[in-house]
Amino acid sequence: MFATDFQIVLPEVILAAYAMLALLFAVYTGKDAVAGLLTWVTAGLFVLLALWIGAGGDGARTAFGGMVNDDPFSRFAKVTILLSGAAVLAMGKDYMERRDLLRFEYPVLVALATIGMMIMVSSGDLMTLYMGLELQSLSLYVIAAIRRDSVKSTEAGLKYFVLGALSSGLLLYGASLTYGFAGTTLYSGILSTLGGEVPLGLLFGLIFIIAGLAFKVSAVPFHMWTPDVYEGAPTPVTAFFAAAPKVAAMGLLARVTQDAFGKIPGDWGQVLALLAVLSMFVGAIAAIGQRDIKRLMAYSSISHMGFALLGLASGTAEGVQAMLVYMAIYVTMSVGTFAFILSMQKDGVPVTDIESLNMYSKKEPLRALALLVLMFSLAGVPPMVGFFGKFYVLKAAVDAGMVWLAVLGVIASVIGAYYYLRIVFYMYFGKEGDRLDGDISPVQWVMLVGSAAVMVLGVVNLFGIDSLAAVAAETLVR
Amino acid sequence: MTTIILFAPLIGALICGFGWRFIGETAGQVITTGLVFLGAFLSWIIFFSFDGTTQHVDLFRWFDSGSFVADWSIRLDRLTAIMLVVVNTVSALVHLYSFGYMAHDDNWGHHEHYKARFFAYLSFFTFAMLMLVTADNLPQIFFGWEGVGVASYLLIGFYYRKPSANAAAMKAFIVNRVGDFGFALGIFGLFFLTDSVKFDDIFAQGPVLAQTEISFLWRDWNAANLIAVLLFIGAMGKSAQLILHTWLPDAMEGPTPVSALIHAATMVTAGVFLVCRMSPIFEFAPQALTFVTVLGATTAFFAATVGLVQNDIKRVIAYSTCSQLGYMFVAAGVGAYPVAMFHLFTHAFFKAMLFLGAGSVIHAMHHEQDMRNYGALRKKIPLTFWAMMIGTLAITGVGIPLTHIGFAGFLSKDAVIESAFVGNHYAFIMLVIAAGMTSFYSWRLMFMTFYGEARGDHHAHDHAHESPKVMLIPLGVLALGAVFSGMIWYNNFFGNVDQMRAWFGLPVEAHATEHAAGEETSHDAAAATEGAGTEHAATTETATTETAATETATTDAAAAEAGHEAVPVPVQGAVFFGPENHTIHAAHEVPAWVKVSPFIAMVLGLLMAFQFYIRRPDLPGKLAANQPILYQFLLNKWYFDEVYDVLFVRSAKWLGGFLWKRGDGEVIDGTINGVAMGIIPFFTRLAGRAQTGYIFTYAFAMVLGIAVLVTWMTLTGGAK
Repeated sequence: MFATDFQIVLPEVILAAYAMLALLFAVYTGKDAVAGLLTWVTAGLFVLLALWIGAGGDGARTAFGGMVNDDPFSRFAKVTILLSGAAVLAMGKDYMERRDLLRFEYPVLVALATIGMMIMVSSGDLMTLYMGLELQSLSLYVIAAIRRDSVKSTEAGLKYFVLGALSSGLLLYGASLTYGFAGTTLYSGILSTLGGEVPLGLLFGLIFIIAGLAFKVSAVPFHMWTPDVYEGAPTPVTAFFAAAPKVAAMGLLARVTQDAFGKIPGDWGQVLALLAVLSMFVGAIAAIGQRDIKRLMAYSSISHMGFALLGLASGTAEGVQAMLVYMAIYVTMSVGTFAFILSMQKDGVPVTDIESLNMYSKKEPLRALALLVLMFSLAGVPPMVGFFGKFYVLKAAVDAGMVWLAVLGVIASVIGAYYYLRIVFYMYFGKEGDRLDGDISPVQWVMLVGSAAVMVLGVVNLFGIDSLAAVAAETLVR
Repeated sequence: MTTIILFAPLIGALICGFGWRFIGETAGQVITTGLVFLGAFLSWIIFFSFDGTTQHVDLFRWFDSGSFVADWSIRLDRLTAIMLVVVNTVSALVHLYSFGYMAHDDNWGHHEHYKARFFAYLSFFTFAMLMLVTADNLPQIFFGWEGVGVASYLLIGFYYRKPSANAAAMKAFIVNRVGDFGFALGIFGLFFLTDSVKFDDIFAQGPVLAQTEISFLWRDWNAANLIAVLLFIGAMGKSAQLILHTWLPDAMEGPTPVSALIHAATMVTAGVFLVCRMSPIFEFAPQALTFVTVLGATTAFFAATVGLVQNDIKRVIAYSTCSQLGYMFVAAGVGAYPVAMFHLFTHAFFKAMLFLGAGSVIHAMHHEQDMRNYGALRKKIPLTFWAMMIGTLAITGVGIPLTHIGFAGFLSKDAVIESAFVGNHYAFIMLVIAAGMTSFYSWRLMFMTFYGEARGDHHAHDHAHESPKVMLIPLGVLALGAVFSGMIWYNNFFGNVDQMRAWFGLPVEAHATEHAAGEETSHDAAAATEGAGTEHAATTETATTETAATETATTDAAAAEAGHEAVPVPVQGAVFFGPENHTIHAAHEVPAWVKVSPFIAMVLGLLMAFQFYIRRPDLPGKLAANQPILYQFLLNKWYFDEVYDVLFVRSAKWLGGFLWKRGDGEVIDGTINGVAMGIIPFFTRLAGRAQTGYIFTYAFAMVLGIAVLVTWMTLTGGAK
């Protein structure tokens, strides 16, 4: 019995063992001197695990008495998390090295955070949920503040930690309420107690859990840490924040709402819909005032999370599928954009002001073109893949009878298009001025151009992820 | 063979249009002309060898969507055969003529290449026109219809540096759009009602349509009448009938060969062709036919009055074309479709010749088009003079009354007028008056151009010279047609009913035999229908085949009269005569004074013209001074252009300006700008201010958020 359970969580166990061994290895050998090596090995291991999980068997299994799930949904989310994590590690190494930030703890902490995320998306119990969430969060608090000598970075880490603690408190409170009213922490158990009149306490528990998770996906009004942390953290860390944890938190949200509260979609659906609309609009409107590209990407991610929540809010399998497709596309775009942001520098100093992009197309036409494609895709301009992400979400909302939600989504995306297009405007029609200089590292170049190419080529069939996402959503929504 | 005829001009147009840079302009001209001559030659072979049985040549499938199926397919029947000859012959001659006419053009510089473009357009037009006349279904005819429209647009605007040419091209295109809208509605309506676009299927549905009601706009209509009127609106646009005629005179901005080919002989007759082609529908739409007749007659009269006072040689001929088209529509409207085709056929020859002759005059006079500057050109350009003389004799209808000997126009126009007498007295009167005016303005043109004293620029008169042979040969060929085409084919089109029916591939019909048997009797149509079948059996055929041959028309009529449900009846032959239609028989029986009346009108017109322009050249000026209102009214073409300008052009421009400046500029742009530049930035500042950077603010927002959510959930109590 234990052997079977162990088998199921083997990828997580391997990653955990690796993280501990790597820590020991680095401490007893060259410390920061081996950080580069460790980064590469960690990224490589992520890719291998992703391939293993992705190719591994199908069907759904549970381990440890239902506390851990292994089903197409968790596999889809895990592969996305691992691959985006590997990409961010690989492209950030050069940046960290140059600025003497590459501590050996960095890849280890990323690996630990990733384990947390993997547990989150496969959780089958409020206990595993909290365990995964805290493992992830604690690792992220540390790496947000990894640049200890920078006030901004430490401030970001501290803010993140304090607010994260608050959100964890909310979540725990919600979990206790839920346990109090349902008598169990197991999702399937909670689901079986729902029926007839739902006690208000249980709904309170649901709301507190959602609020805790909304903090992780930075949905409005639990979003306010995001711009500060994105701006303060070193750019590779920001890139990591923008990708994998969002997928994990969104996956966890889907799992809790569907697995534990799937019988009352109307209740959490309206909450999620409210969060979605607020996120879309605040993300779009607030981003207009930003001049710092990292803050801008923070608001952009808030807005995008709003769209992903729109998919979840519809409460259907189609909605979950749309959310998964949207997240996969969002992560790809995000990685490409951050690859570009990592390469932005002048005289060796990183630059994040968007005005520095003035007439960038004259200097680097290919990179400018790639960023243009990514910006169009983020804005949801057809035929870029980003459009299809939005299309799936809006269609799910319409099919679920939430037409007004879809209309609001379209309006928000129109407003949001402004600041993406402004970047394109600066690059192609801006004033002559001080330009960026410096080269892009090969890995960043590959990530940037590759992700842009995916945005264009994906129009053919989205590389089949929509059907994979459909299978994944099928297992979650019964 | 039809396939070769159809595609030869297309190939020519493509080679010449896209390949002239490689093969040279002259080679391009020769290739297009050669291919069209090939087409013309084959068309005559078909014309003579064709037996009247409708043939279909399927090329390939075009549409296949649900019940909407359309092929590219050639329909070859007598109508097609006639049109093939008309189109290809005139087109070939015009191609040849253009060698001379377009050789030197002052509108273009020495190093500019325009000839290949011109010939490619001409060939493209020919292809589109052939597509129209060989069409086997509605989408195909519409393709050809629009194709000739495009070619016409391109050729009217050939001198694209002249603003007037561009304006005329646009006017032609836009006015035709109005007609095409009606045509397209007719096509949609036919598909809606019959679930097919194929002619054979549609024609068979004629009796059914006659008993169908269809709701359109504000009321119910008889389906056959509605469809027929809609189709006729398309024909009105293309054939420049009253209301939609304003583009044709302006179309004279195009080079003269274009006027001859497109705006006299072929394209403008497409409307007549359409009515004849759709005769199985029109025959069940009596009100629509009356409309066609009245409108045609009015156009014939109106255009003739305007033609009386025009001074531009091409405009006179243009109004004459407009008027003659009215004649054709009258013939079609009273049910004498072969007669309409007859006039179309002869008109193509003499009108093309008049235009080419006018082109020759213009060429000789260095592109002077005002007849007031002509005069006494008879000696300078004798061959052109004789050609124009033949054309004038043909259009005015010179011949020996009460016989079948005369110029082409004599036979066909008299046939039209006789048919009109049978069908509609208003039309008859209008046409006879118009015939008199036709004679007047045609002779006026001749007298002003070739007789009297030389007026205008002496220089031009001194250098007036006969045109080159390539321009005279087409004139000669067309002259043959203008003289003989009426006499040769008189019996086939009109003179002998049996021969006509056989020629058009119609079944041998009861009325024919009846007619042969009893000379004097029975134009009492209603009585004839029932009895026709039996009488037919009794008189001619052996009794065995009789019932089988008891015609579609009679059985159908019997069914309709008995009040039974109408059933689709397949239609045989190129045109169709309803059971009540005896126009052609009756037209042979009209009193002698009717037959003579157009001749008298013609002579009167001639005498008037002679008096005004040869004996007393001062009279026209005096008359114009005496009757200024009438003169101005006619000179300004009944003020149609001015009225349209106020009604449509200015009001449309005003509406456009209003929607642009007020609607789009202030309301829409204003709203968007207000939202984008006022409201959203306000919220952006608000969001920026909320982002204080203090943890307690952030935490407060979170707590506030959860408080709101919990309150909301408490109030709604969860979903039921």
